[in-house]
Amino acid sequence: MSEEGGRAIGVETIGMTKIFGSLVALEDVSIRVRPGTLHALLGENGAGKSTLVKCMMGFYQPTRGQMSIEGHEVAIRNPRDASEARLGMVYQHFTLVPSLTAAENLIVSRPDCPEIIDWKREIAALDAFMATMPFRVRLDTPVSNLSAGEKQKLEILKQLYLDRRFVVLDEPTSVLTPDEADEMLGLLKGMTTRGELTILMITHKFREVTAYADEVSILRRGRCVGGGLVGEIGTQEMARLMIGDAEIRERAARVERTATPVVLDLAALHASDDDGLPAITSIDLKVHEGEIVGIAGVSGNGQSELVEVLSGQRDLDDGRILVHGHGFEPVRDQMARLKVFSLQEEPLRNSAVPRMTVAENIALRTFDEAPIASLGWWLKPGTMKARARDLIARYRVKTPSTDTPIENLSGGNVQRAVLARELSGDVDVLIVANPCFGLDFASVAEIRTQILEQRNRGAAVLLVSEDLDEILELSDRVAVMSGGRITLDAPIGATDRSAIGHAMAGGH
Amino acid sequence: MTDVVTTVAVAMFAGAVRVSTPFLFVSLGECLTEKSGRINLGLEGTLVFGAMSAYAVSYLSGSPWVGVLAAGLAGSLFGALHGAICRLPKVSDIAIGIALMLFGTGFAFFLGKGFIQPTAPRLQAIDLGFLVSDPQLKVALQINPLFFIGLILAVVLWWGFANTRIGLVVRMTGDSAATARAMGVSVDGVRFWATTVGGFLAGVGGAFLSLFYPGSWNEGLSSGQGLMAVALVIFSRWNPLACVAAALLFGAAGALGPALQSVGISQGYHFFNAAPHILTLAIMIATSSSKRSLKGAPGELSITK
Ligand SMILES: Nc1ncnc2c1ncn2[C@@H]1O[C@H](COP(=O)(O)OP(=O)(O)OP(=O)(O)O)[C@@H](O)[C@H]1O
Ligand SMILES: [Mg+2]
Repeated sequence: MSEEGGRAIGVETIGMTKIFGSLVALEDVSIRVRPGTLHALLGENGAGKSTLVKCMMGFYQPTRGQMSIEGHEVAIRNPRDASEARLGMVYQHFTLVPSLTAAENLIVSRPDCPEIIDWKREIAALDAFMATMPFRVRLDTPVSNLSAGEKQKLEILKQLYLDRRFVVLDEPTSVLTPDEADEMLGLLKGMTTRGELTILMITHKFREVTAYADEVSILRRGRCVGGGLVGEIGTQEMARLMIGDAEIRERAARVERTATPVVLDLAALHASDDDGLPAITSIDLKVHEGEIVGIAGVSGNGQSELVEVLSGQRDLDDGRILVHGHGFEPVRDQMARLKVFSLQEEPLRNSAVPRMTVAENIALRTFDEAPIASLGWWLKPGTMKARARDLIARYRVKTPSTDTPIENLSGGNVQRAVLARELSGDVDVLIVANPCFGLDFASVAEIRTQILEQRNRGAAVLLVSEDLDEILELSDRVAVMSGGRITLDAPIGATDRSAIGHAMAGGH
Repeated sequence: MTDVVTTVAVAMFAGAVRVSTPFLFVSLGECLTEKSGRINLGLEGTLVFGAMSAYAVSYLSGSPWVGVLAAGLAGSLFGALHGAICRLPKVSDIAIGIALMLFGTGFAFFLGKGFIQPTAPRLQAIDLGFLVSDPQLKVALQINPLFFIGLILAVVLWWGFANTRIGLVVRMTGDSAATARAMGVSVDGVRFWATTVGGFLAGVGGAFLSLFYPGSWNEGLSSGQGLMAVALVIFSRWNPLACVAAALLFGAAGALGPALQSVGISQGYHFFNAAPHILTLAIMIATSSSKRSLKGAPGELSITK
């Protein structure tokens, strides 16, 4: 098929190895991606998937190993070499410039970008290009104002605009709703079968692999442990290859309770967004002891502002937060006293200090208390590290050492490190936002179990999630947010998907 | 009474045009540097060193414009030094800026000792006085060509940030270094050149001080214009055109004290002389908010990150 189109190219890695200090992130990985296919790359968090593709794109220099394009060995020393060879990548973390408009982002990414830009002509050309594309993005809006889904589309459009023939997508669907993901993958799959493009896609979702991929390769601990045609290798086998013989944790059974007291009480909360416009309006919500209240909703309807208010990152305009009937202000000592903990989305940005070590990050809540500190100010790094080692082992955080800056951990392991910090104490109130974003299936099972265990122990849990399945699985009660308001609040047994969907769309 | 008001207003207008030029050049230079994601606090030192070099070279060569060029080149050396040091790992651009500020002023005083006495040829103003009949305005319209060059430069920068490849690359580097790197842009290289050119502009600003207004070289020449220009850039939200407005406003504020004195109000002279500094503080407090994010701030700046 590639011969007809003559566009899609095949790429191979030969013995790719990457060593970071003492950590072998990749060891002798050889993967072959045939032209005109959609190839899936699977592996648990920290397996080395991102590292492998970054080596392929010249973003990292491999310690050893070669790249071969269409059967010829090629040296890719930097991203420019990669783009000359018509290889492109959509990184796991967005690589659009927030303050530039979509059009500016597209133009500046072009290697032959003119020194002086004739905007009239370029916009006309971009419009013409967009007309041939399966999906569209507003061109004159700064990227910072686009939604996550639109940004993802723009990233992919950028690769197509640059006429790349081999594109790596690092977890492209983690920010999309399932419908958006299906739409996008369907269109991309169409392009590969027509031989216009070859795609290497990193994902954690088996559903996407079986529905869209032709072939799959699986990494475990930096080694390629298997792969094959998607029809010939089942999801059971893929899962086994990914995690080896490690056990997946059984989901904790739900302990049923009745008539428990209210622990977290939100009374008429109002808050504004960064531009000073109202983001949440009259939020009233009660969470009882031993209850998980799930907040569903399409992203950008005030959920992140609500979480920010509850964790002290955003000021309240009006309203009161009560914990056990006491007024609660989200400051450190009140959080400690009332045992309020939170697990936020984008933990590297919201819950960790990227350049501080793993041990220091784990100690952020306790560093000024015994046993880590004496008299509240004399710190004992030895004790801090010992405690961190204990938690790292208990929560299975994969890190080279306790002294590694936390920003060097893979996404899933940052999440686990934060989880270790937030859940290791005695928890009365737990605020969780999109806890499983970007995690592999084993970690997802692990984290959901942890949340359920906190609930069974009597914590009041507020779970904000864009993943409706997660909400339906974990919650005792569901609330839906739309346009900054709660549009539905019902026990899980008294509602269903369609009612929730209706409320998400703004209906009452 | 109205006479007094017009006198003060005209004096402030004249002051705005006259005093604003160094603010304008320094803030445009700082704007360019900050757009690339780096802060150069050393521009105060660059300004003073530029003033000294301009005066010395103008004196030695007999041509003030050669002096201006020398000031620019000296400024770009300081910028390049800042850019080169900040390339090294684990170096704080703020700390280097402060070090270079002290070094620049100190070194200028050291080299400039011998040029305090002699008189160097000064820059000639363009006389637009024929446009008006009012004698006061006639004086006010003696405008230095550097002021116009500054205005043109502001427009060029503003246009260039939106319409040229280099402009987009600078903004990209300043807003998201990882993206720039992923696109094969040398982030350190872009910042090096942005700081170097920024230094050139600050040096030229210094030349204005010693060759036009006040128009001599001494150690008390700059009263912190280089530092205030940094605040001015933040206040103009990294927009070169807004830098012009802000520079004029600061210039007018700086002229308030002398203007009032010229009509006989000398009470609180020192207080009014401090007007630009007070204005800096007031504006910074008024335009910042703990609730709103700073619109337009380059994402890579060490102060906003
Ligand atoms: N710049 C770096 N310095 C040191 N170690 C690193 C660096 N980048 C990655 N690592 C380590 O390499 C290992 C593999 O990381 P990588 O990001 O490739 O994982 P991944 O498979 O993409 O995981 P995820 O699914 O969580 O994104 C991790 O243990 C990580 O800590
Ligand atoms: Mg990854």
